[in-house]
Amino acid sequence: MKYILIVGAKSDICMALAEVYAKNNNNLYLAGRNITELEDFRRDLNIRYGVDVRLVELDVTDFNSHKRILSSLNPRPEGLVYCAGYMTDQKKCEESWEETLKTINTNYTGAVSITNIFANELEKTGKGFIIGISSVAGERGRMSNYIYGSSKAGFTAYLSGLRARLHKKGVHVMTVKPGFVRTKMTKNLKLPPLLTADPEEVAKAIYRSQQKKVDVLYVRGIWRFIMMIIKLIPERLFKKLSI
Amino acid sequence: MVISGWGRYKKIDSDVLYYTSEKTLREIILKHDNLIPIGNLRSYGDCVLSDVAVSSIKNRFLIEFNEKEGILSCKSGVLLKDIIEVFVPRGWFLPVTPGTKYITVGGAISSDVHGKNHHIDGCISEFVEEIEIMLPDGTVQKVKKGDELFKGICGGMGLLGVILQAKIRLKKIRSKNIIQRTIRTKTLEEIFQAFEKNRKITYSVAWIDALNLESRSVRGLVMIGEFSEDGDLSYPTKSIFNIRIDMPSFILNNPIMRAFNSIYYLKAEDSDRIVDIDSFFYPLDRIEGWNRLYGKKGFIQYQFIVPKKYSFDAIDEVLKTIKKDRVYPFLSVLKLYGRENNNFLSFPLEGYSLALDFKVQTGLLDTLSKLDKIVLKYGGRIYLAKDTLMSREMLETGYIYLDKFRNMRKELGAMKKFSSIQSRRLGL
Ligand SMILES: Cc1cc2nc3c(=O)[nH]c(=O)nc-3n(C[C@H](O)[C@H](O)[C@H](O)COP(=O)(O)OP(=O)(O)OC[C@H]3O[C@@H](n4cnc5c(N)ncnc54)[C@H](O)[C@@H]3O)c2cc1C
Ligand SMILES: NC(=O)c1ccc[n+]([C@@H]2O[C@H](COP(=O)([O-])OP(=O)(O)OC[C@H]3O[C@@H](n4cnc5c(N)ncnc54)[C@H](OP(=O)(O)O)[C@@H]3O)[C@@H](O)[C@H]2O)c1
Repeated sequence: MKYILIVGAKSDICMALAEVYAKNNNNLYLAGRNITELEDFRRDLNIRYGVDVRLVELDVTDFNSHKRILSSLNPRPEGLVYCAGYMTDQKKCEESWEETLKTINTNYTGAVSITNIFANELEKTGKGFIIGISSVAGERGRMSNYIYGSSKAGFTAYLSGLRARLHKKGVHVMTVKPGFVRTKMTKNLKLPPLLTADPEEVAKAIYRSQQKKVDVLYVRGIWRFIMMIIKLIPERLFKKLSI
Repeated sequence: MVISGWGRYKKIDSDVLYYTSEKTLREIILKHDNLIPIGNLRSYGDCVLSDVAVSSIKNRFLIEFNEKEGILSCKSGVLLKDIIEVFVPRGWFLPVTPGTKYITVGGAISSDVHGKNHHIDGCISEFVEEIEIMLPDGTVQKVKKGDELFKGICGGMGLLGVILQAKIRLKKIRSKNIIQRTIRTKTLEEIFQAFEKNRKITYSVAWIDALNLESRSVRGLVMIGEFSEDGDLSYPTKSIFNIRIDMPSFILNNPIMRAFNSIYYLKAEDSDRIVDIDSFFYPLDRIEGWNRLYGKKGFIQYQFIVPKKYSFDAIDEVLKTIKKDRVYPFLSVLKLYGRENNNFLSFPLEGYSLALDFKVQTGLLDTLSKLDKIVLKYGGRIYLAKDTLMSREMLETGYIYLDKFRNMRKELGAMKKFSSIQSRRLGL
């Protein structure tokens, strides 16, 4: 049975995703900070689905530790899901360099650092997959969320280039743009029900699309349309809007 | 968030808090008073309503399974549905199950639920080996069968603390199939006779057509069953039908339901059939949100039990009363019960219980108070998990260990910490 590595595993989306992968007979590495909090969850997956689940303590912004921690995983994972993310109030980012850096490092630099390690390895073995959870916020910088948005834009661009590189070697790279999801990250926001998915819906869509080797996944198709419109607005008009 | 029990009769705006760790739960308990633990809100009345509710629904982890003895440890928010899905294929089933699988382990223990096998196996507490509970002061206590506290917690309606986890002994099965026999009856006497004649059979329950009561005749279907031994342990998850909005309440009306009951009765065959777990134990679960069929005003389930000596007379009188008042229940279920346990607030006692689902309508409350008098007269009691309207007098005559429960609440400092609209109404 193969192992899948999920980074940012304490997120609601990841827990739903871990459940789907376990249900479909995959062993798991669940990586994140203070990961022992997932001990109950780990045991539960093991009893329910009979899969091996291991917890890996990992801070995605502690770049120097990545190689050491990830090379110690044995057996080697054949799939990577990068799901760690950080979003705070745009205003806070404008006022604090620390917040800005944390956003960039969690969503982009850390993602690249970890994904790079696996990209090189999978390229050699010629199989496996990499899934990056990015965001529709990365498709155009908006005044209300452009620090987070630009970090996700960077990650999206990275994944796109990586896909072209690894496609030739038989490794599948998928970019996921979930749209709004009801999770810890958004619990204080008022989200429109029609545009908002539950973590379980996102997880199922990701699993299904990974099996089908989809390149870019919009969990709810309507988001593709919304973003197309947003991208079509000419810049001279866009700058006058306050979205 | 506006919440209600399954009957959707009383609704309140309540602050619902969630936890997955002991630390979070402790913070919640120490911070709030008049808190009520909740599970999956499948109890019917106001036992789940308070200004602040603490839900165990996210604390939904299996902890350990001892394959040899069939003992499962799990967190209180695990649904019975999950236990079935995971363990039926491995040859284990719930030792006791109510008529829905969408309840939590915490809710099952707090109502000390029973199933169609009560006359043989008793309540769920018989199969609970150990409970871990967080008490009003935030400490966690392990409680074993036989402890005083155990008798308070099982059936204790969440009023002593928040159950964190439990150890439950599952039941070995060789098949997911049940051999079911339906016995069609024409009078109340026949229904009782069918129960008594088949009292060695593990599962039994009767459906009564209380909409077509004639002077002497009470049409009923007594359904009895045993697990098959055929070795088929597959448990495929089926799709269910979902009702998301309130139906206009005229959809469920007397003529339609009367016709439906007649068809249901006449179509039933006096024969053996092989049915699966879902059809035998959980026929109502096939339609998610069926409680919305009763419309905005909701419905009330009136479930009482009366000692065997008086069961027939009491049930006969109750049926006559609703017929006379022309207040008809759309669903009526009769059941035989075995020996009473010594938990302080468990509902079952040796006798028969009748559960009646009434759409909220004019005249209903008057009729229900007449039913109360009948139940009182025959020394019966009302199920707290279904109750919305019971009086203190009714509670105090029905539940003989009530004082022990009240004292236990005081000693633990639980009076202020944990309460529901029901507990305040009844002085529990
Ligand atoms: C269709 C249907 C059929 C039913 N059939 C039966 C039946 O055959 N037999 C039977 O006995 N019951 C039956 N019931 C009733 C149901 O089994 C009980 O009401 C059960 O307690 C509901 O569990 P829940 O998880 O939904 O808990 P809730 O309804 O949310 O809570 C029920 C009680 O448990 C307490 N509680 C919940 N979680 C905890 C916790 N973690 N710690 C402490 N206290 C807690 C609450 O305070 C409350 O008093 C039926 C209900 C329905 C809807
Ligand atoms: N919710 C939405 O509407 C939405 C929409 C589009 C995209 N997304 C993306 O989906 C992903 C999951 O988000 P979510 O909504 O499930 O939110 P979430 O619950 O807040 O998840 C974010 C996860 O990232 C982890 N993380 C943050 N910094 C980390 C670090 N330095 N090292 C290791 N782990 C770290 C967090 O762990 P801790 O618990 O330790 O903080 C948390 O588990 C994110 O990439 C997010 O950007 C979400």
